[in-house]
Amino acid sequence: MFNSISEAFKKAKKENRPALLTYTVAGDSTKKKSLEILNSISKNVDICELGFPHNTPIADGGQIQTSAYRAIKNGIKIRDIFQIVKKFKKNKYSKPLILMGYYNMIYQYGENKFLNDCKKSKVDGLIVVDLPWPENKNFAKKCKKNSISFIQLLSPTTSKARLKKIIKDSHNMIYYISMLSTTGGKLKVSPKKILFNYNEIKKISPKKNCVIGFGITEKTIDKLKKADGLVVGSAICKEITRSLKNRQNPVINVSKMVTKLKNKIL
Amino acid sequence: MKIKKRIPLIDQHDKLGFWGGKFGGSYIPETLKKPVDDLTKKFSKLRNNKSFLKKKDYYFKNYIGSPTPFVKLENLSKHLGGAQIWAKVVSEANGGAHKIYNATVHALICKSMGKKYIVGDTGAGYAGKMLSMAAKKFGLKCKIFMGAKDIKRQKPNCDAMRKNGAEIVPVYTGSQTLVDAVSECMRYWVSNCDTTHMCVGSTVGPNIFVKVCGWSTSQISKELKVQIKEEFGKIPKKIKLINCVGGGSSAYGFWSEFVDFPKSQIEFIGVEAGGPKHSKLHAAPLSRGAKLGILHGAASYVCQNNDGQINETESISAGLDYPGVSPIHCFLKDTKRAKYTYATDEEALSAYKLVTKYEKLNPSLEPSHAFAEAIKIAQNLNKDEIIIVNSCGDAKKDRDILKKRIKNYV
Repeated sequence: MFNSISEAFKKAKKENRPALLTYTVAGDSTKKKSLEILNSISKNVDICELGFPHNTPIADGGQIQTSAYRAIKNGIKIRDIFQIVKKFKKNKYSKPLILMGYYNMIYQYGENKFLNDCKKSKVDGLIVVDLPWPENKNFAKKCKKNSISFIQLLSPTTSKARLKKIIKDSHNMIYYISMLSTTGGKLKVSPKKILFNYNEIKKISPKKNCVIGFGITEKTIDKLKKADGLVVGSAICKEITRSLKNRQNPVINVSKMVTKLKNKIL
Repeated sequence: MKIKKRIPLIDQHDKLGFWGGKFGGSYIPETLKKPVDDLTKKFSKLRNNKSFLKKKDYYFKNYIGSPTPFVKLENLSKHLGGAQIWAKVVSEANGGAHKIYNATVHALICKSMGKKYIVGDTGAGYAGKMLSMAAKKFGLKCKIFMGAKDIKRQKPNCDAMRKNGAEIVPVYTGSQTLVDAVSECMRYWVSNCDTTHMCVGSTVGPNIFVKVCGWSTSQISKELKVQIKEEFGKIPKKIKLINCVGGGSSAYGFWSEFVDFPKSQIEFIGVEAGGPKHSKLHAAPLSRGAKLGILHGAASYVCQNNDGQINETESISAGLDYPGVSPIHCFLKDTKRAKYTYATDEEALSAYKLVTKYEKLNPSLEPSHAFAEAIKIAQNLNKDEIIIVNSCGDAKKDRDILKKRIKNYV
C-alpha cells in the first residue's frame, strides 16, 4: 500500500538527495496550463502536490492566494481537478500526486465521493490544511482504506507528547512546517534550528518519510538538504504570477525554476 | 438535538467542540493547535478565578458602564398600536456598542497570558474600535484587520481606532469585507501566535473564541433579567427578544440568560441581513437556508456554492455582512429554540427613520434590522405582549451611509 509515495522517497535516498516536492494550484493559470506545468516539471520532481483552490484560505500567504483566486476566477471546479490528475497520470513520466486543500471543499463534495474520485483518478495522497489531529482520525482511516496516504502536518508549536501521538497515527509521509508562518513567508528561522526540530521527529520515527515545507526557495533549499524531502510552493506560484505579468509562458519559466531547484539538491 | 437545562449554552458542546454534534469544532491549521489549547486552558481557569472575575466586574461597571439602560419606546409603541416595544440600549456602553464586552475580556486574558500584542478583525469597525480602546486601556499593542470596502464606509470608527493608537491593516482580498478581514487576521495569527493574542470579534471561529465571546456578551441578558424584574415585578408572560444576527455575538448575549424559559414565554427572534431588495448576495445563512460548511475554523450554516467556495455577501450594514454565523445560533435554530428571519437594506433604513422620528434613540444599521422586524410584527400583537429590541450599536459610524440614503438625516 502507498507504494508510489514510498518508492519516490526510496529513489531519492538511493541518489543520496532529498526528494523534491512541488506545489502548484490546480487551474492556475488555466486548467490546460496547470496540466502543462505538471507535465513539464514532472521529470525533475519526485512528488507533485496539487492544490485545490479555496477562496477563504486561512493558512496561505499572498502568493498562493493569488494563484488560488486566479484559478477560481478562471472557473476551476473540483471535478476539473480530478480530470487534470487523470490526464497527468496518463503521462508516462508522471509522478505520485498529492492533493492539498481545505476541508470544506471535501465536505461539500462528500468525503466518500471525494475519496472515490481520488482513487479513480489515481491520487496518491491528501493534505487537508484545516483538519488537524485528532479531528482527522476518521478521515485518515478512510483514506487508508482507499490506499490513499493521509499526510499529517507537524509544526514548531506541536508539543512532544502530541508529536508522538500524531506520528503514531500517520501513514508513510509526514509534513513538517518549518516555522510559524503562512505559506510563502520569508524563512525567519535558521536552517539549523529547523533541522534540529526535524531530527526530533525523525528520532521518534526514523522510518517515516518527513518533508519540510514553508519558506523554501532557490536561496534556502540547499541548506535543508538533509531532510527526506523538501516542498517548494509559493516560490513557484510567484513565478507563475511573474510570468503572466511579463507576458511570458509560465510553463517554460516554472520548468526552468524547478530544474534549478533540482540542481541545488543534487 | 436537545438543549440542556441549567448549563450555559457556551458549554453545551462535546469533546471536540461541537454543539449538537455538528456545529462548531476547531478546524484549524496544526500551528494554531497549541495557542488555541493554551487559550482554552487559560480561559477555563480564569472564568473560575475569583480575582479575575472581580477584575472583570470592576471594568464592566466602571469602564464599560454597566448596566446599560432598559427603556420603553412609548411613542413608537403608541404609533404602531400593538405590543409594547422596549429597548435594551446597549449602545450606551462605553464606545457605543456591545463589542466592548468581548474586547475588554480578551484584553484582560491577553494580559494575564503575558502577551503584549493583540490583533482582531472588524466589519462595522466596532469590534476594532473597542479592541483598540481596551488595548490602550491595558497597555497592549493593537493591530486591526479590516476590509478595504469597510474602511471606506465606516470611517468614523476607523478614525477612532487610529486615535487609540491601533494600526489598521486594510484587506484587499475577496469582497474586501468582514469575511476577508477574519481570514487575514487568522493568517496573521498563524505567523505570530507565539507573541500575539487574537481576539475574534464575534461568536464565530474556533470553539474557544465562540465561548469567550459568548461569556463576555452574556452580561447583556444578565442585566436585562434584573431590569425586567424591576420594571414588571416578575418576568411577564409573553416576551419577544429581537436581535440582529451577523456573527451573532449580541444576540447570544441578549438571550443567554433566558434560554431555559419556555419558548411560549420568552421567544427569540434573530434578524439577519437580507441585503438590497431582490439581491441574491444576502448575508442570511440561517433564514435563507444555507448549507452546513466550514468557515474560519468552525462548522456552521454558510452562504456558499456547491463546490464549497464561500459566497460574497452584500448588506448595507457592515456588521452583518458575513456569510457565516455562530455555531450556537445554528444549534438554537435546529433545536427550534430561536427563530430567524431577515430584513432587507431598505427595511432597515425605513425602520431607522421611524425609530429616530419617534424616539430619542439612534440605532446603527445593524439593530435597525431588528427594529424592522419589531415594527413588522408589533401591530398584530396585544398590548400586554412585550417586544424588547437589543439596540446594540450607535449610528454615529453610519453617518456617511445615512446621509447618502436618507435625505432628512440629522
